[in-house]
Amino acid sequence: MIPAAFAYSRPTTVEEALQAIADGGDDVKVLAGGQSLIPVMRLRLAAPELVVDLTRVEELRGVREEGDQLVVGAMTTHADVLSDPLLAQYAQLLVQATETVADRQVRRRGTFGGALAHADPAGDLPAVALALDAEFVIAGPAGRRTVPAGEFFVDYLTTVLEEGELLVEIRLPKIAAADGWGVRYEKFNRVAQAWSIVAVAAAVRREGGRITEARIGLTNMGPTPLRASATEAALVGVDVSLETVTAAAAQAAEGTSPSNDLNAQADYRQHLAQVLTKRALAAAAGL
Amino acid sequence: MTQINVRVDGASYSDDVEPRTLLVHYLREQLGKVGTVVGCDTSNCGACTVHLDGQAVKSCTVLAVQADGSEVTTIEGVASGGGATLHPVQRAFHELHGLQCGFCTPGMIMASIDLLKENPDPTETEVREGIEGNLCRCTGYQNIVRAVQQAAAEMRGEAPGDPGASPAAGDTAAAEPMAAQS
Repeated sequence: MIPAAFAYSRPTTVEEALQAIADGGDDVKVLAGGQSLIPVMRLRLAAPELVVDLTRVEELRGVREEGDQLVVGAMTTHADVLSDPLLAQYAQLLVQATETVADRQVRRRGTFGGALAHADPAGDLPAVALALDAEFVIAGPAGRRTVPAGEFFVDYLTTVLEEGELLVEIRLPKIAAADGWGVRYEKFNRVAQAWSIVAVAAAVRREGGRITEARIGLTNMGPTPLRASATEAALVGVDVSLETVTAAAAQAAEGTSPSNDLNAQADYRQHLAQVLTKRALAAAAGL
Repeated sequence: MTQINVRVDGASYSDDVEPRTLLVHYLREQLGKVGTVVGCDTSNCGACTVHLDGQAVKSCTVLAVQADGSEVTTIEGVASGGGATLHPVQRAFHELHGLQCGFCTPGMIMASIDLLKENPDPTETEVREGIEGNLCRCTGYQNIVRAVQQAAAEMRGEAPGDPGASPAAGDTAAAEPMAAQS
């Protein structure tokens, strides 16, 4: 099928984009890479009156360094992420997860910001942003606001983005191997280009044989990405060993409410969360 | 209707399209470039893969208006000499039986060319991952992977038809289960 007819706007600046969205009325969709939106429109699950295409908004693309943060433009494509030297140095967790997103053609078009704004609980990047304590910069008619990752994801396919607003950049705290950080994105799916059944994004900081900090994001363990808080707490100050990591990982599914669907039952997902957390932690901690 | 200007396989076109027209439908129905096919309705199969400004994309998941000002290469534009000389990847698919029904082939070849630009000497695993966005329901991928590796060797300037020129770990790995069964 082809999408239902729509009007099309192709701004070249954030200001023009916000204006186009404001002028568009009630039924506007923002097109980032289009790798989720165009399929949904083709199936007529969405039939907006106006599509505002951000692909020519150059200021939304690219990665820059600002103090202890990296600032990633929302329209930075997955392929850009994979070839960016700053992200390779300071955001390996994002790079690892992005390598598993869909396939090479989709990664050429799909964008980091688009994947976050779409907020699919089976998508790989929301859990990474959450684990890294990313900040989301949102532009709207009244100016810009910054929202922490913990507040950005509200529900299934739902974020704090209001009508008329645009996700413009994502700020990631630098996580470098030189500072003792190890990372791993551990994903379980069944076939090529499939969505995660469950996945775990882990970052572990070591100092002198002990773990000083652990950050763990869970993909597809509920309607939004989640932190494995109990496991994170259990890891602080413990010796780096397979025993401590395994014991902490046993708590990874605490407080989660994953769905039952064709791919997996909820209890199986909780089992996977523990197993994958253990693997991700072991790899991140260099075990 | 929106006017777009594109170069497709080296020729310039200026056309009016509806914003909802998918790039693949523009190529097939307005330009007659039917070498690019539609295999699914879900952005999974990759049969419609073309190069947009040199990068492989699924043309069923790009709007024709988004190609405005861009250069598109389809399977019909990869042979040289006006089609007289096949691209090394096309030739390798032909020689090594990298196809059976042939429906996935245009997309497989376009994805493979894109992969080889980035990685001129891929391992078997890297080929399989590189074309994971393309589905073949006939061949089991075995000969597709061999074809991509043979083309890679040829494009690197090594003797064609001699996968032994590079240590083809993939061939050995693939042969093992067969040997075990016989």
